[in-house]
Amino acid sequence: MSTGTTKLDVVVSDVVPVNDLVTRFHFRRRDGELLPTFSGGAHVVVEMRDGDRTRLNPYSLMGSPLDTREYTISIRRDDVGRGGSLFMHRSVKPGLEMVISYPVNLFSLDLRAKKHLMLAGGIGITPFMAQTAQLAGGGGNFELHYTCRTASLGTYADVLRERYGNRVRLYHDDREERIDLDRLLSSQPLGTHLYVCGPAGMINWVRDRAASLGWPPETVHFEHFAAPQPGAPFDVELAVSGKTIRVGEQQSLLEAIEAAGVDPPYLCRGGVCGQCETNVISSDGKFIHNDHWLSEEDHRSGCKIMPCVSRFEGKLLVLER
Amino acid sequence: MGITFRKETFRDDFTFKNSPEHIRRFPFPFNEDAYMYAVNIEPHVVGPKGSVLENLIDVDEHYVAEMQDRALVLAEDPLRCQSLPHMTLAGWDLLELLMEQQALGYPEHFTLERNGDRWRWINRPLGIDDTFTFGDTSTLPYGPMEYITRQSQGDFCILDQRDGNLWMDAGMVTTQADWSLDFDIGMNFFEWHAPVPLAHEKGIFTRALKFLTNIQQGKPARRLNWTMTINPRLDTSPENYHKWGPDRATVTPENVGDKVHLRVELQSFWRLPRSNGIVFPIRCYLIKMDELVTQPKWARRLHRVIRDLPEELATYKGLTRYRPTLVDWLSKLDDGSPTSPGFGPD
Repeated sequence: MSTGTTKLDVVVSDVVPVNDLVTRFHFRRRDGELLPTFSGGAHVVVEMRDGDRTRLNPYSLMGSPLDTREYTISIRRDDVGRGGSLFMHRSVKPGLEMVISYPVNLFSLDLRAKKHLMLAGGIGITPFMAQTAQLAGGGGNFELHYTCRTASLGTYADVLRERYGNRVRLYHDDREERIDLDRLLSSQPLGTHLYVCGPAGMINWVRDRAASLGWPPETVHFEHFAAPQPGAPFDVELAVSGKTIRVGEQQSLLEAIEAAGVDPPYLCRGGVCGQCETNVISSDGKFIHNDHWLSEEDHRSGCKIMPCVSRFEGKLLVLER
Repeated sequence: MGITFRKETFRDDFTFKNSPEHIRRFPFPFNEDAYMYAVNIEPHVVGPKGSVLENLIDVDEHYVAEMQDRALVLAEDPLRCQSLPHMTLAGWDLLELLMEQQALGYPEHFTLERNGDRWRWINRPLGIDDTFTFGDTSTLPYGPMEYITRQSQGDFCILDQRDGNLWMDAGMVTTQADWSLDFDIGMNFFEWHAPVPLAHEKGIFTRALKFLTNIQQGKPARRLNWTMTINPRLDTSPENYHKWGPDRATVTPENVGDKVHLRVELQSFWRLPRSNGIVFPIRCYLIKMDELVTQPKWARRLHRVIRDLPEELATYKGLTRYRPTLVDWLSKLDDGSPTSPGFGPD
């Protein structure tokens, strides 16, 4: 099978500033047809042609799965990141033709749940936009708790309150409002599933508390796409393809492998799906594992790496690619 | 030019037959003179005209008769069709997939008209013309999965994906090779494959599950599986073992050609868009030995495959009892010359 997913040729139909940090992008199919149906929690990988660089970043679909005339994503500007969000904010205008992937869902609703309890932090609200729309359309039972820094950075908080009223609770950091998590988790009916999307610290906090309070792991769902982190450049030998490559400061290992003309599989590019898992043939140095896929044992073994988000510091790294 | 649907039976007087064109399009599953398990999965893309892969969902001359047989099975045993409560959305996904594919491949027989949520489905071979509201179960005579799979050849397992595994939480299973939906419903991938010998040791299921959980929307996959059945019986379920099991003792050198059937399953795997489930259609093709050996390459190769099959596999596939008779009969059609590569007849 070829790598990644089937591609869609789209045109940017609208670009809408949402607040000081977040911009929404609308895509339609270039041929005017409907886009593929998707399920709440799905993401697409957006291909960005930035000069001679190609960036591939995943973003959650936030529109209603019941309406596929267009796809919408929301992107928070990251001024110190590797430049993907800045490219989207600065260079992507209505009318631009782009390529995106078919939707992939790694944060699916568990449709057995009697109730869906959702916890969002910051831009982590986007998958819940689609999931709440899907559940509301089918009469599903959900409750959304959403923390943001200030009211003005509460992306879509007003939209959600208007759509769903008291099913949405807001918490603002600047007013020192915090989720009373233990109380919230302890008061849920049997059969509730918990979903959390937001900063790593929030995800860890929620997962820890849920585990301490006896929530079965199968009922706790989380999505955290680790963005690849910049770091010192390093050299890699690709044993199968017989190439030596340099991974730049702002480049991920996966991107460097792709730039060398090798086509490894991927789905999420965020360290969670497992598709790009690569065997290490030999190494002399330190791995910087940033993924959520490999076990701690795998990390310690030095035998595997997830090139989408992880890096290396040292003299020698040979990969089976 | 439409398909001429045969009038035939898969029980009692067993009048099932393949026309000469259908013999040549039979999905013969052996591309070499020996058989062993492999994760023989490939992209499910459209294949040559005139083959069973001409359309991604195949409709053939047996369509009407198979649907009548399915109705008989369901009338006797409604548990052949089950859907756990959380799988209704996946049933709508499947209804859309099958209506789209059948209408696309066979416009002379099937028509799908959509007007927002109001859909009209015309199935000419079965005389159906229904208008319903997509997503509203009360507008159909059955649940969405049952409605459409009463009109689609093959069995259908709908799998829920969660916790890194696949769960058989819905299905329409009336043409199976000795397994039971009623038994397997609610099981995960490893649980329902537990009885298969040899493959666990080879790590096949772990790799297959990893592949299947990564099946993407718009990129279906497929594989072939096979066994043998005595008499052209579609329903060889454990529930009806008392009806078909004793048939295996009836094979004689005189009736091998007429009674012994190669049973090939074309299994495909599709990601469903709304539910994020996976549907696994298992399309069953039957061919009797007399029909199969009209293609000399297939006769030679099948002889070698059955003769050399490992004992555990022969037992698992239920061939033990009549294998010597079959091998002896096939050996007379094997002149020892080499077979050409590939699945197709010469």
